[in-house]
Amino acid sequence: MTLVLDIVLSGLVLGGMYALIALGLTLQYGIARIMNLSYGECLVAAAFAALYLYSGMAVNPVIGLLAVVPASFAANWLLYQIVLMPLVRRARNQGMLEVDSILGTFGILFVIQGLMLLTFGGSLQSYSYLSVPVHILGTTLALNRILALLFAVVIGGVLFLFLTRTRYGTALRAIAVNPDAARLSGIDIHAASALAFAAGGAIVGAGGVLISMFLTFSAAMGVVFTMKALIVVIMGGVGNMLGALIAGLLLGISETAVARLVDPGLTIAVTYALFLSVLLWRPTGLFGRPAR
Amino acid sequence: MRRNRLAAIGILVAAAMLLVAGAPARAQDSIKIGWAISKTGPFAAGAGVTTLPNYQVWVKDVNDAGGINVGGKKLKIEVIEYDDRSNSEEMIKAVERLATQDKVDFILPPWSTGMNLAAAPIFNKLGYPQLAVTANTNQAPELTKRWPNLTFWLGLPSEIVDGIVETFAKLEKDGKINKKIAMIAVGDQFGIELSTATRAGLKKAGFDLVYDKSYPFGTQDMQPVLKDAQAANPDVLLAFSYPPDTFAITDTSKVLGFNPKVFFVGVGTAFPMYKGKFGAGADGIMGIGGSDASLPGIKWYIQHHKEVIGREPDRWASPITYASLQVLQQAIERVGKLDRAAVIKEINTGSFDTIIGKVKLENGLNKNIWAVGQWQGADFFGVAPISKQGAKPVIAKPAWQ
Repeated sequence: MTLVLDIVLSGLVLGGMYALIALGLTLQYGIARIMNLSYGECLVAAAFAALYLYSGMAVNPVIGLLAVVPASFAANWLLYQIVLMPLVRRARNQGMLEVDSILGTFGILFVIQGLMLLTFGGSLQSYSYLSVPVHILGTTLALNRILALLFAVVIGGVLFLFLTRTRYGTALRAIAVNPDAARLSGIDIHAASALAFAAGGAIVGAGGVLISMFLTFSAAMGVVFTMKALIVVIMGGVGNMLGALIAGLLLGISETAVARLVDPGLTIAVTYALFLSVLLWRPTGLFGRPAR
Repeated sequence: MRRNRLAAIGILVAAAMLLVAGAPARAQDSIKIGWAISKTGPFAAGAGVTTLPNYQVWVKDVNDAGGINVGGKKLKIEVIEYDDRSNSEEMIKAVERLATQDKVDFILPPWSTGMNLAAAPIFNKLGYPQLAVTANTNQAPELTKRWPNLTFWLGLPSEIVDGIVETFAKLEKDGKINKKIAMIAVGDQFGIELSTATRAGLKKAGFDLVYDKSYPFGTQDMQPVLKDAQAANPDVLLAFSYPPDTFAITDTSKVLGFNPKVFFVGVGTAFPMYKGKFGAGADGIMGIGGSDASLPGIKWYIQHHKEVIGREPDRWASPITYASLQVLQQAIERVGKLDRAAVIKEINTGSFDTIIGKVKLENGLNKNIWAVGQWQGADFFGVAPISKQGAKPVIAKPAWQ
């Protein structure tokens, strides 16, 4: 019983990190309809920002969130307005926008990566913050990882309520389902999409700061995070906040369970097995609706 | 479908990104030295810690001193650099280009075992010396026999394993630890090769492996593995890990209060960043590599590297990389002309004074290496081979701080 509890708690903490990484992407891809391949680079850029604030200016990362999150929101809003807006205007349909945004953000990926390489160099970065043990129900967990889980749950929950319970949230969902009809109902889809993209950027900023407290990162590591986020987003159902949260937690618990009960060598295998079975049985994701 | 499209796009962009540097006109008063190194991609982190900074420091040192003395004339180094983007095919193309189009006089090796093995045939075909410092393979003795231009500098995995087993066996004999060892390894060639050899060595020495697992490359969540290792109550934790996992293993063990008497982690332990991150908590932690910090050359080197690059070098392959470049320079100066075949011969047969002390290759292999090091205060000292001159006695690992 203690082992089960231990696995569930450790798994939730690991899964919280996965969910945190994925929430921003599900907003950007699900609502703003931009398949952002530079997502991982944005995450790493936020991690570098946190490191710079912490080691260069002695600002602790939790306070650093107050600077990084708005900055990331603004940067992503500008990115959408300047770089992606022409693609959005030109796109005749959803498919075309998807292809164009993949191409566009693939280029942005290299720009951000190059800037990080120039500024911080290619070496690995790591620092410790809030790496202190917390004892919960007989399990020892690191405080910084618990913090990431809490953020994921709060952000996921708030966004879910916002999207399902408010008027503006409903408008955003309308864009996701049918942009043309949304425009006919008087929704300013460009402004709303820009906002959704920027909000996704704010979340990725928060994610980057939080994971920098316990993960080792380098300028070249962005793609690892993009891949993980993509898996979680697709598993949870594109554009579904609760889906991303639950899919992330599920992945965390499964990986931890396999590592403890079977073999730690199989954690990646279980990730992809889960991913594959979700795609086979529910191609639109755990909480996704059938394609429009 | 999206994946396919992505892959196609990726290949297109990658092809377009091939770096093209203009070849400057041949000047007679310079010596052209080129290298292809991973400045982007997954190897950039490792190359950026160990290899590239040392190339830069060495070039600066040589040029500040007026150049390499070739037959009485001082030739400054002119550098031609390519980014191989962590791709072995790119690296081979760049090396070929360096030799045939840029017509460089010498080529410095790429970073990592895989890259150096991939580069070996082309270096040999082109007739350039290859001082493969960041390569660690048991095939080294066969390879140097086949390709005399190829030399290895980091010791063999078997020598590292012998050092580890020797260190633990002595601690056990002295009654400092019991026979219970927990071993974890990253599930790639590096981890599997070293853990397989170590397993055999430890069993032969009578040790008891109470936990013995591998984890996938890229794992940074070490909690499950360490909880089970801790539950087995070993006196030794031995991990063959890469830098991100090395940091994660140390950090998580600290959080879990897992403090075995011997705490040995893999690549990354010798990085100054490790000490920077864990501070006094790094004290007593062991890893691969080490240096004899009492040598005046090493003292000078660490300080000098810090002044030029802005940070300290790692304590495993960095000093050896710099030493290998000193060997190359001395070999060229002794030969007195830009005759690569003669330089290769001199590298293999000569005896050289370097920052790591005297270097004399045996069958193309550098034997002046440390297998096991330990953080003791501000430095990562070599502790094994125990018989090596300058080896420090192992200290007991204190409680986590």
